[in-house]
Order: sequence, then structure tokens, then C-alpha cells
Amino acid sequence: MARTLAEKLWEAHLVRRGEDGPGGTEPDLLYVDLHLVHEVTSPQAFDGLRAAGRRVRRPDLTIATEDHNVPTTDVELPIADPVSLAQVQALRKNCAEFDLPLYPMNHAEQGIVHVIGPQLGLTQPGMTVVCGDSHTSTHGAFGALAFGIGTSEVEHVLATQTLPLRRFATMSVTVHGVLRPGVTSKDIVLAVIAEIGTAGGQGHVIEYRGSAIEALSMESRMTICNMSIEAGARAGMIAPDATTFEYLRGRPHAPSGAGWDTAAATWSELRTDDDASFDREVVIDAATLTPFVTWGTNPGQGLPLSERVPDPARIADENERAAAERALTYMDLAPGTALRDIQVDTVFLGSCTNGRIEDLRAAADVLRGRHVADDVRMLVVPGSMRVRAQAEQEGLHEVFTAAGAEWRSAGCSMCLAMNPDKLAPGERSASTSNRNFEGRQGKGGRTHLVSPLVAAATAVRGTLSSPEDLPEER
Amino acid sequence: MEPFNNHTGVGVPLRQSNVDTDQIIPAVYLKRITRTGFEDGLFAAWRNDPEFVLNLEPFKAGTVLVAGPDFGTGSSREHAVWALCDYGFRVVVSSRFGDIFRGNAGKQGLLTAACAQPDVELLWKALETEPGTTVTVDLQARRITCRDIEVGFEIDDYTRWRLIEGLDDIGLSLRHVDDIDAFEADRPGWLPTTLAR
Repeated sequence: MARTLAEKLWEAHLVRRGEDGPGGTEPDLLYVDLHLVHEVTSPQAFDGLRAAGRRVRRPDLTIATEDHNVPTTDVELPIADPVSLAQVQALRKNCAEFDLPLYPMNHAEQGIVHVIGPQLGLTQPGMTVVCGDSHTSTHGAFGALAFGIGTSEVEHVLATQTLPLRRFATMSVTVHGVLRPGVTSKDIVLAVIAEIGTAGGQGHVIEYRGSAIEALSMESRMTICNMSIEAGARAGMIAPDATTFEYLRGRPHAPSGAGWDTAAATWSELRTDDDASFDREVVIDAATLTPFVTWGTNPGQGLPLSERVPDPARIADENERAAAERALTYMDLAPGTALRDIQVDTVFLGSCTNGRIEDLRAAADVLRGRHVADDVRMLVVPGSMRVRAQAEQEGLHEVFTAAGAEWRSAGCSMCLAMNPDKLAPGERSASTSNRNFEGRQGKGGRTHLVSPLVAAATAVRGTLSSPEDLPEER
Repeated sequence: MEPFNNHTGVGVPLRQSNVDTDQIIPAVYLKRITRTGFEDGLFAAWRNDPEFVLNLEPFKAGTVLVAGPDFGTGSSREHAVWALCDYGFRVVVSSRFGDIFRGNAGKQGLLTAACAQPDVELLWKALETEPGTTVTVDLQARRITCRDIEVGFEIDDYTRWRLIEGLDDIGLSLRHVDDIDAFEADRPGWLPTTLAR
């Protein structure tokens, strides 16, 4: 029977198919090839192991790093916040006790879990990848089945290297055609979420396909898969191809020698059968897309930058109208305001969505020879220390600092504001991150989600902008 | 996990859709390394508002939360479930739940009862007309009763069984350790390990 890529990966990782039991059909038991661990969602899982006298079944398929709450300045000093420090120390103690590899602060490989996995070559096509973080869907860009889990499941994977799961439904998002210049994969995914809604992908694995997706770099593909969870989906994936193989070749944990040939032959088979069908199909024409920004407090509340803040009175659905009214009150926006006229205080460039080297290069190209507007602060937070080192080798840090932006160390930073990088109450940001929820970037903070190009142009003009809005002269 | 059969407690109407897990518990509360004591973080930003439903008597003593569609979207933080449980909630009713949140709730004995939106509206009206009204949730029968209202709810058979029995997932999976061993023995050798190279 014809199968989708997601279905093939599911079958390939079946430890045990669920049988009929006293509670009805049991879930399937799936094997996990790679488990990423960080300081925030793991301490209670390790406590659970200790309480039950269990060990970590496969330390060699587990990797830990410190990313969510670490500061991005003065990283050589001890963490000033005692609660954050205790959490990071708990991770170090747990990794030592259970013999897990850990990339701590200041290590050359430290960074956001979803940036370092691909960068090290640990994320490979056909694998199952999990982490106690919803943006684990990022790794699906390699044709992996990758999804976020809760702390109880983290404990379960540590103890058994498996997870009991119900089969996901399948959905295809096909993006045909060619993107216009200045339109990025961030704009694609924001447009997809606005189209299908924050619950549109619920229970589904989304496979992104079509010529516009095939034309994307690996890093751009990661941006799209990353935000699948914002459409409510369990995972997002893109079938591996030559772009995927080229990205992986030579990475520290990628196969080499004869192993590479075997792996590449296996990976080449990983695609949805031509006659397979999806439970739901969405088609988008790339040529219709333009830079996209959010105006509300969930990632589905977005519009092209050329549009105006919507009028809730025109929304038919009662719940959506109430949500829009509430969002506009929180965001302090009036219906009919041109999105391009919205002034920001802060621009955040970073996160597992857009904190990779290509994102930094794109923003630096806009900022080169230009300056961040008065009264705007711009934070540039590389997704990993390796991204930071690469950017410095290319001189990008000098472009950012010359433009008046702050050049930081790696971490999740202002994406979720667990560390000192926060918006003050009432402050407004243009952010390359993934969530514009109330208070996400700091209590009372207001977030507009944007691409790195829009972030950089916004920093220069001080209002939501695309590079086209900037004067040619630098 | 404590077995769950049925529960009766004060119902709390939360007339809001898309209650993401950042609203249920903001990230600043996620730095703790304990598994209990998260009740102060529950809806922390909203509880600053004296008019917020949980600041009103008699809803403060609520144990059954009746929320708008798409409850628990966003971040995978299980702290959202812990905060609801620590506050005293045993049941959340909504027409749709975020997938990860719903999975997490099932691991912790918090019942997520999926009702049709018109039924949620009926419950809201009843709870708002007479604040402090109790709601009875019968997991065995998949029924919610509140005064003269009686509505059904959805939950998958297996989660229902696990909740009723109070069973721990890890223990269940470890019954199949032979299958895990066999699967591992067949994994290709070129698959990556995380050990330093």
C-alpha cells in the first residue's frame, strides 16, 4: 500500500504494535533514535528515575545542553540569578550521575538544542528525534520524525528509549512556484499558520513539499518545520534530497567512508510514495507570498506587511472575534492602522527559528552601512556558539555592532525571556522567534513575529518594514 | 498516579480561546527543579487582575475548569499541568486541546474532557448564573452533569483506562523490554551516537 514518509518512519521505528488489551487498543511503542535534553524540562524527569531506581537506557543516544535560561552576556561569570544557576547545576549533576554527554555554557558546541543537533550532524534523515521542547519539529527538515514531549515523556525516554504513541494523522502543505525576492521561509510558515489556524495541524504530521520547498536551503527548511507546532501539528517534515546530503556531509557525527554510502542509499529511499494520500492537503502558490508579520497574540494572527490591523467587528466567528478584540487590547493597536506604521522598541534576532548563520547573514546584509533607529535596541543572539564563531569569522559581528546592535552569546534568550533578556511592560518588539503569546517576551511585552530581513529593516526604520522600504543610499 | 473514577467540584468558567501554556504558567516559573508547588504560577499574569475568574469567590475553590477552544496550545511545558493540579484542578473541559498538553495531562492524572462547543457554552451559562455550582465528571460513563445539564465528553479508551487504573506508563512499557532489546539488536551500525568523536 502506498505510504507517506511519516507513515514509513513510524513503521520503521515500531518496537511493538499496540494490541487489544483491557483498556482498548494499546498505543504503539516507538523507538527513539536521538533524545535532546536541556535544563528546564528535565530535572523532574531525573528525580523520577532516581525515585524508581532506574538508569538511563541509552546515554549514547542522549545529548544535553544549557540553552533556555542561560544569560547571553558575561557568560564567563557564574550565573547571577540563583534560581537559574540551581537549574543549570542540577542538569550538570544529573548528566554526571547518569553519564550523559553535556555541552555546558562556554563550550564551543553549546547552543539551542535545535541548532546544535543539526550542526553536529546528529540529526539525520529517517530518524526519530524527541526533546522536552515543542520546537523539536525543527529536526523534521532532515526527513526525520521529530516532535516535542513533556517531562513525564522525557523520563520515559530516558528509562526505555521508547515512547507509547498513537499514530499521527498526515497532512501535506505543498508550496508551488518561486518565492519573490525578499520573501523567506519564515514568511511561508507564518502564511501557512494564518491560513490553517493554530489548531489546523492538530494531531497531524505536516509534510512540506513542492518546488518552493525543494529550492530552500537546509536552514530555511528548519525554520518552516520549527513552526509546525504553531499550527498545532505534532511534527513537520521535508523529504531528504541532495541539499540535505550536502549539508550533512563531513559533519562531526555524520557517517563517513563506507557508512556514508550505505546511509545515503538508505536516505534516498525516504520519500512519500507517488500515489500515497494525506488526510488533509493544503496548496499554496509561492508567487502570491510577501513578507508576513503578526499583529495579534497567537501565531495565526498574521497578515502581509502591506496590510492593516484587522477590524474584529468584521470577523464572523464569535470566538475568533473575541480573541481578536482581546489581542488588539493587549497589543494596544487600533483597527485600520497600517502595519508598516507600527513602531517598535526592540528588535530580537535569534532563536531556534531564526538564529542560524544564514539568518545572521541576511540581517547583516540589510544592516551593512546602516544604523539602528534612535530609541530602538537590537539584540543579535546566535543560536549556538558555533554560529557565533562562524559569524565572527565572517565579520558579521562588526556589521551588527557598527549598526548599533548588541552582539550576544548563544541561547534561547528573548524568545521566551527566561534569562535576563526581556521586554519591559508595554514594550513592543519585532522578533524572529516563534511565539507572540501575551507576556512571552516579558510580562506585558508585545511581540510581532517577523523574518530576519523584516527584523533588520524594522531596526533601521523603527517601524515594521521590509528592506524595500529602506532608502538605497547607505 | 492516583486512580480517577469520578469527581465532583466547583466549576470555573474561563471564557477564552487559545489559552496557551505560556498563559497557564509563564516561563519565569519554569526555573524550579521541584515537581510540586507550582500553584502560584497558574495563570500568573491574569491573576493580577482582581476581576479574573479565579480571584472571585466562590471560584477560588474550583476544581473543574471549563475553557474555550484550543486550551493548552504552544510550549510542551508539563509545568502547565502541574500548576493546574497543584492549584487543585482535577478536570479541564474544552472543545479542543493542544496535543502535547493533553498527553502531559494524561500522564499526571488530570482529566481533559473534550466536549462540543455548544455544550461548553451550556456549562458556562450554568456556572455564571449560579457561581459556585458544582460539576460532576464521571469518567467511566464519559458524562458531565451540572444542575439539569448532562453532556457527554470524548477521551480515548486507553487514556481513560490508564486514568481509572492509575497506571504508570514507564512500568507498562518496561513489560516489553524484550521487544526493545530485539529492536536495538537490528538497528544499523551507521546510525549516530552522541559520544564525542
